[in-house]
Amino acid sequence: MSTNLKEIPALLLVFGYLSLLTVGGGMAAYPEMQTLVVDVHHWLTEEQLIHFYSVGQLAPGPNMMMVAAIGEKVAGPLASLLVVVAFFLPTALMTFVVGKLWTRAERWPWRESIRKGLAPVSVGLILSGCISMAKVALSGWLAVVIAVAVFGILLKSKINPAFLILGGAIVGYFGLKG
Amino acid sequence: MSDGTPAPPRPSILEIFSAFLLIGATSFGGGVVAYLRSGLVAKHEWLDDKTFVELLSISQTMPGLNATNMAILVGDRLRGALGAIAAIVGICLPGGLFMFVAGLLYGYHKDVSGAAEALKGVAAAAVGLVLATTVQISGKSLKGIVDLLFVAATAVCVAVFHWSVLYVLLGAGFLAILWYRPRGAAKAEEAAP
Repeated sequence: MSTNLKEIPALLLVFGYLSLLTVGGGMAAYPEMQTLVVDVHHWLTEEQLIHFYSVGQLAPGPNMMMVAAIGEKVAGPLASLLVVVAFFLPTALMTFVVGKLWTRAERWPWRESIRKGLAPVSVGLILSGCISMAKVALSGWLAVVIAVAVFGILLKSKINPAFLILGGAIVGYFGLKG
Repeated sequence: MSDGTPAPPRPSILEIFSAFLLIGATSFGGGVVAYLRSGLVAKHEWLDDKTFVELLSISQTMPGLNATNMAILVGDRLRGALGAIAAIVGICLPGGLFMFVAGLLYGYHKDVSGAAEALKGVAAAAVGLVLATTVQISGKSLKGIVDLLFVAATAVCVAVFHWSVLYVLLGAGFLAILWYRPRGAAKAEEAAP
């Protein structure tokens, strides 16, 4: 089905590396993902990457399962599985080890310093991801209206965001289909 | 683990896998942490709230998604390394299959009238969602003008100067941790260079 199996080593390297950047959330790795997946390896266009990320917001479970779709698109089912493993294994191992040390380090004063220091940096990275995405996704006034509406509704209510993503699909379908 | 605290519950590997699989299959719309709390603390009583919050703070500090980091930490606590593997596989499996199928179908979207327009709407809505999440996280985790400066500096380096996220993370992270370095208790609050 796919002749792109030779891309698998590069996929493993890229997603293993991106794994380490997901400090504070998957979005923190988004700018680098765009650089590597779109500009360096030409696996996807920037629109395709955004489509996968956005559709991923409809999937249950951890936020970045969309990497499975990237693997599938580039080199089929095996790559899909391997990309997921590459994306989650490095941080899983780190967390596993640190989880064992952390409770023992309860009185280590730097523990609190690390937590406090990384908080604003991770928000900055997530914000950068948001900017990268917005630059591509917000083409045209209707897209801006949808984004602002979703933003406003989420800050004011506790509605499940998945409904708003579906709402975006419906508004896009009827509003943009000429 | 012989520190005098009562022995933690010992669910089987299969019970751990099933519990996380259920959370992975039902947590639509993000916010997996809330589903984890209601499943692990309220329903199964495998953890108390204090432990949950403590593990969450490790999850938030470490690279990796909160949901998968929590699966690792909770699974390990309940059943060691095998428990951790059962938990992370369980929580990732449903969403992974969902996105695998989405990736398959995506190949055909150009043949479906209106699919490209609907995807545009989805992408725009996702931008609104990510921005709202960013604002909500900021409200919870940021304090004071210094934090905002670190946020702005990080975002400008990545989004404007297009510096490598890795270097920005290491550089800004180093400076921010240094800023919050442990100090004498008395002058911890007002000290500033």
